[in-house]
Amino acid sequence: MSKMHITLTVNGKQEELLAEPRELLIHVLRERLSITGPHIGCETSHCGACTVDMNGKSVKSCTVLAAQANGAEITTIEGLGTPDSLHVLQTMFREHHGLQCGFCTPGMITRAYRLLQENPDPSEEEIRYAMAGNLCRCTGYQNIVKAIMAAASELNAVKEAAQ
Amino acid sequence: MNDMTPPKDERAVALKGLGASRKRVEDVRFTQGKGNYVDDLKLPGMLFGDFVRSPYAHARIKSINSEKAKALPGVVAVLTAADLAPLNLHWMPTLAGDVQMVLADGKVLFQGQEVAFVVANDRYVAADAVELVEVEYEELPVVVDPFKAQAPDAPVLREDLAGKTSGAHGPRRHHNHIFTWEQGDRDATEKVLSSADVVAEEMVYYHRTHPCPLETCGCVASMDKVNGKLTVHGTFQAPHAVRTVASLISGIAEHNIRIISPDIGGGFGNKVGVYPGYICAIVASIVTGKPVKWIEDRMENLMATAFARDYWMKGRISATKDGRITGLSCHVTADHGAFDACADPTKFPAGFFNICTGSYDIPVAHLAVDGVYTNKAPGGVAYRCSFRVTEAAYFIERMIEVLAIKLGMDAAELRTKNFIRKDQFPYQSALGWEYDSGDYHTAWDKALKAVDYAGLRREQADRIADFKAGKTRKLLGIGLTHFTEIVGAGPVKNCDILGLGMFDSCEIRIHPTGSAIARLGTISQGQGHATTFAQILASEIGLPADDITVEEGDTDTAPYGLGTYGSRSTPVAGAATAMAGRKIRAKAQMIAAYLLEVHDDDVEWDIDRFVVKGAPERFKTMKEIAFAAYNQAIPGLEPGLEAVSYYDPPNMTYPFGAYICVMEIDVDTGEHKVRQFYALDDCGTRINPMIIEGQVHGGATEGYAIAMGQEIAYDEIGNVKTGTLMDFFLPTAWETPHYTTDFTVTPSPHHPIGAKGVGESPNVGSVPAFSNAVHDAFRAFGLTQSHMPHDHWRIWKVAHDLGLHG
Repeated sequence: MSKMHITLTVNGKQEELLAEPRELLIHVLRERLSITGPHIGCETSHCGACTVDMNGKSVKSCTVLAAQANGAEITTIEGLGTPDSLHVLQTMFREHHGLQCGFCTPGMITRAYRLLQENPDPSEEEIRYAMAGNLCRCTGYQNIVKAIMAAASELNAVKEAAQ
Repeated sequence: MNDMTPPKDERAVALKGLGASRKRVEDVRFTQGKGNYVDDLKLPGMLFGDFVRSPYAHARIKSINSEKAKALPGVVAVLTAADLAPLNLHWMPTLAGDVQMVLADGKVLFQGQEVAFVVANDRYVAADAVELVEVEYEELPVVVDPFKAQAPDAPVLREDLAGKTSGAHGPRRHHNHIFTWEQGDRDATEKVLSSADVVAEEMVYYHRTHPCPLETCGCVASMDKVNGKLTVHGTFQAPHAVRTVASLISGIAEHNIRIISPDIGGGFGNKVGVYPGYICAIVASIVTGKPVKWIEDRMENLMATAFARDYWMKGRISATKDGRITGLSCHVTADHGAFDACADPTKFPAGFFNICTGSYDIPVAHLAVDGVYTNKAPGGVAYRCSFRVTEAAYFIERMIEVLAIKLGMDAAELRTKNFIRKDQFPYQSALGWEYDSGDYHTAWDKALKAVDYAGLRREQADRIADFKAGKTRKLLGIGLTHFTEIVGAGPVKNCDILGLGMFDSCEIRIHPTGSAIARLGTISQGQGHATTFAQILASEIGLPADDITVEEGDTDTAPYGLGTYGSRSTPVAGAATAMAGRKIRAKAQMIAAYLLEVHDDDVEWDIDRFVVKGAPERFKTMKEIAFAAYNQAIPGLEPGLEAVSYYDPPNMTYPFGAYICVMEIDVDTGEHKVRQFYALDDCGTRINPMIIEGQVHGGATEGYAIAMGQEIAYDEIGNVKTGTLMDFFLPTAWETPHYTTDFTVTPSPHHPIGAKGVGESPNVGSVPAFSNAVHDAFRAFGLTQSHMPHDHWRIWKVAHDLGLHG
């Protein structure tokens, strides 16, 4: 199968590679670029464990072809914070026990990151609706919702203080 | 105490020991995408395995032609049963004393069964090659109904068992019959039932479902031919047991096998069993000399690895006219699928289903379970429960409701009347268990009060009146449950898996600078062991939990243990942790006494130090003692400060709880809305309240899924109808109810710290609470029993059949 030349920006870093036309973005990230934060839970876009941010939108990278991502700007969980400077969502998920086995967590936080860009002050109902594309088998979501609300108010407080 | 010593409570808080809502140490890596799950592992030269699976539920295999697949560039090997047979690995033992085909040997017995294993240098190529393997099948008659499977002329499923009139659990009376397991006193029970004032009779079905952790099963097998060592990284809930089984069936010496469970993305019982993928990956690695990765996809996971439940439970319960229960009888038809691959302790072919007398003082009972083969996937694993406890709790909690209807009594009052009283513990149940401790009335009263039960019943009566008057189309259901679990398997005298006693273990090494590492025979799959076991230890040895590393899952380093399932980690390994900690403290006492120049008996423990009795200003902290253990020659003592404990529990533990669900049901659409869910758990001593609450939220959500929509369904020719997450219900944040948690504390009298385990309680307790709410909504209109899952269609059908659609 002839390969395609793909260029991506992943977590701020330019990447170039040759991929088969059928190759999925999640496999490019995990297998070729060793970015293993996004996980594979279903391969049918139901579970959201593979959620990454692509050109400012949440996508499920198990059903995006690498070819479709050509030229795209991609952010994964690895790009949201650093060990010395965590994203507030990362802090709040821990603070509010918003994770257990951790398998859904990278996709969950990455989705929540985009949600808070789209709606900086969501209600509980809005969070539950906007997070419905990401499945968690461990937490029952209650503490995930709590963590996202806490992150939102923290981010808003920081914003207000800056103004 | 000198002026520099912080007060006792401050020192205790600093340890973050028992009772602290300590933030989880695991989360630091998980929130940054730095978990280490098996599919994240990449070894040099690693190959990928993938299965050819049967499209049929029952068929003879006439031929397998893998030439085209082998010719595909990148394909390294294609294994079939014929390739495994010379190694005697084409069949494998199951955990239930049966055998199971690794690769189809002459026929297939369920849809999705493993037929051939393709190995290639890339996962895409492997998937292509799977399509190129040509298998010729001859279809055979299919049996998916466990009752029809027992008809005299039913098709013979297991030809390998021809002529075998007994199996691992006694006599077989039919070619599709696996075992009959009986407990209790049949004659005495029949006598009571035949002369009782009131007898309620019902068939209660707990449908087939699946644990479906978000991470599927998988492994990376790596045979190093130079040093003869086999290393397998995999999704194993019981790594040591896997090592022993792997050694027994492969012939590789056990010291040459290393099993590593890395981070596991949820287990819920799905990762207890040994699956053909593990065996094939190991064989492929031996054959090719390269590491081989096998990761199942979601459809394979739902179709082939480890279903749960599928119990048809026929019950009869008797009572006096005023509602005093006098006897219980239960006959279960257990659908085990094509191979009996239940993950139960060996002597318990129906697990601990004989806890089915529940929270009630029932003087006499009888239970018989018949295991049956059908053309469905093997399994029968404990989906977040301790070996069929979930089925048992659902059964008794439904029977209580059915009896309440028959008696015309309030179901809460009926429970109150029949609970085992606090003063009856330890309580000997009619089906053979000794309940360790409980205070059911206190928990129940607290729960009823918390939800204003009387008020809810008044509201419900008003609603029914409004409904009948045409003012509303919504009904209100109040789902009650009081469950008693049996967890922490278990005493070696009656609990083993494949002959391995179900003790567990902890080994502790204190470092000279006063930090420590503890290794256990269990393995966390999200429960937070690295956080909570350090807390147990912090309280025992007086070093801060933050200074204690907990490590599990590597059989080369961890002490032998039977793993994590059946809520056994805290009851068994948690006990081992406390006991090992006490050994450390005993030696520390001698060191402290030496350093303080007093007799051993003249010092006493004080949170994080030993102090001289009557002279509190003279003390040695654990940190000081740790250093002394490594730098001083103490007469009569070996250097170092380490301990190991293998803990054989004297009894199971019996957590309990009271759950109440309030549900609105739309009669015309069958839709429901959980208005309130109250969960009171009593898991004995509480180690980390934050984690307990998280476990309850998660387990109740699994219960919500099971009760309200989740099932593994087959059509009549054995096609799996729920093989993807499109059809198999996993609730999202949108549908999932909000939970209110509560607790009472009744410590286990035999556990070193009084803890009982909590991980599975919410699954066990919530399923009957949700289901009883649905039933209760329709009680006034004549509903006695309708089978789960209560999806919109089934609820609509209930309303329709009751004539509520006019």
